[in-house]
Amino acid sequence: MEKTTLNVEHLCASFFTDHGEIRAVNDVSFQVPKRSIIGIVGESGCGKSMTARSIMRLIKYPGKIVSGSISLVGKELTALSETEMSNVRGEEISLIFQEPMTSLNPVMKVGKQVREVVLLHRRVTKKEAKAEVLRMFEKVGISEPEKRYECYPHELSGGLRQRVMIAMAMICRPKLLIADEPTTALDVTVEAQILELMKNLRDEIGTSIILISHNLGVVAELCDYVHVMYAGRIVEQAETFELFDHPRHPYTVGLMNARASLEQQQTVLDTIPGTVPNLAALPEGCSFAPRCAQCGGRCHECVPELTEVLPGHFVRCHLAQQGV
Amino acid sequence: MEQKKLLEARGLTVEFPLAGHKKVHAVSDVSLDVMEHEVLALVGESGCGKSTLGKTMIRLQEPTAGEICFRGTPITGLSPKAFRDYRRQMQIVFQDPYASLNPRMTVRGIVAEPLETYHVCESKEATTERVVELLEAVGLTADHLYRYAHQFSGGQRQRVGIARAIALNPAFIVCDEPVSALDVSVQNQILNLLKDLQGRFGLTYLFISHDLSVVRFIANRVCVMFLGKLCEIGDTETVYSKPLHPYTRFLLDAIPKADPHQRRKERLLLAGELPSPVNPPAGCRFHTRCPYATEKCRTVEPQLQEVEGRKVACHIYGE
Repeated sequence: MEKTTLNVEHLCASFFTDHGEIRAVNDVSFQVPKRSIIGIVGESGCGKSMTARSIMRLIKYPGKIVSGSISLVGKELTALSETEMSNVRGEEISLIFQEPMTSLNPVMKVGKQVREVVLLHRRVTKKEAKAEVLRMFEKVGISEPEKRYECYPHELSGGLRQRVMIAMAMICRPKLLIADEPTTALDVTVEAQILELMKNLRDEIGTSIILISHNLGVVAELCDYVHVMYAGRIVEQAETFELFDHPRHPYTVGLMNARASLEQQQTVLDTIPGTVPNLAALPEGCSFAPRCAQCGGRCHECVPELTEVLPGHFVRCHLAQQGV
Repeated sequence: MEQKKLLEARGLTVEFPLAGHKKVHAVSDVSLDVMEHEVLALVGESGCGKSTLGKTMIRLQEPTAGEICFRGTPITGLSPKAFRDYRRQMQIVFQDPYASLNPRMTVRGIVAEPLETYHVCESKEATTERVVELLEAVGLTADHLYRYAHQFSGGQRQRVGIARAIALNPAFIVCDEPVSALDVSVQNQILNLLKDLQGRFGLTYLFISHDLSVVRFIANRVCVMFLGKLCEIGDTETVYSKPLHPYTRFLLDAIPKADPHQRRKERLLLAGELPSPVNPPAGCRFHTRCPYATEKCRTVEPQLQEVEGRKVACHIYGE
């Protein structure tokens, strides 16, 4: 039996603009083991959403997957025709976005929108499809499903809209769910509910999840494996406990130290100096070098390889590789 | 140390009319003191009225009822002309540094505008000099003077917004979610800057945020709001080490901790969502989501009372 749901290898995706090629996803490789939740963390522009969209093959012109392979339980997605790919979307992989308001159709009742997915992928009558939707609504914790079925998106709160999105994503019991910042637009108390729901769905339906977030707390709470991205590349990947206990890449360490403490009042917060580099004008060598306190001569010359420093713990840093 | 009151709000109510005689009860009968040189944080979820309260405190929004005093003088009834001298004492830093800077103005123009409005400097050169001084105070340089907002990163834009806010040496600044639009690594730079400026110029902040860890860092006192009402107000240390109001406890518990070892098997989850501010629940506004709610909570509204060194509005601590 196949143990990995998704296998991404050497994925590169670029935007072709007037200013030349902008490499948004650069040689990204990772696996999603069956029934696991993996996290991709990074700041805006690091390529985490582009990676998600590449897997769904939803990149619009002038963006394009340049090279690499994406295989879903042995099926090579990059080789599929557009028609074949649209059968995969929603049926085998689903995507939920950050802003549930803009991803729902404002002039269509939410029940119908979810039913559409069932009708598209299954040979069932409208009545059966509706029953299926109501069951899913209940499963994702939407109270009074019959009543909500008839609501328009604007009549629902942010949390409920996100639950509708999750119902829509999960209704065909996909093998893989990609959640792109699913709780960023929500309040903390609602965020906690949605995270709990995602965990339960994984346990019940057995869907693997890729959780994309900038919030280390969300990732620590939910994920089994974590990949840290910076300027289009994965800079560190490890099992969650290992990563949080022994971060090795200076950027990961910086992110961890930058968390403001809830337990005690700090006088100064740790910062990472500078800002995220412009992808159109990346520095020579390691992309993080200009912001790195420990960087040496070699860091400005060649890009470090992603190397295994401990079993299962990969780091892209010249210094960490030397064991400094 | 005896602290002086800088700003006093008494019975502030802000309502927005809707069609059909309905109203959004954004802020309901809130009384709040802001002390000189303190950072008072206002926390709560979206829609709880924290931004409306912040804007009302500096009269960017007129209250439906209630009074605000600045250093003892009522400012709510003042004419625009009479208010002018108070206006310069109160500034605001907005959440979205992309929307709060005029894209057609240079940085010099943006930061100089308040100086020119109040005729602070004698000449154009003096104004430019003062602008450079302000830019340097917020970590920018004279090189940035003639650039436009779009040429800056989010963090730099927020610095420009802060320079504009401190241009007139105000006493009081409302910081309305000043870092929530920024990346994690940049957030801290801005927070450190805000704290540094506060100490350097003896500023008083009303710091509005939904992020409790940010508040922990910057605020001396914290005030928790729920649906237009205050639930708990006290020293940050006191409230964080032992939150008393059930809502405060839920809020603090809901934050995902960036430490997988602290993963909870059973989360303390708050049921349901924020009730509508158009039709707030009777009695305690939190009772529909509160697991400890009793009959009294459904009918009688709790008042703020002194409990263990802070003020709490909850019947659990009554009598």
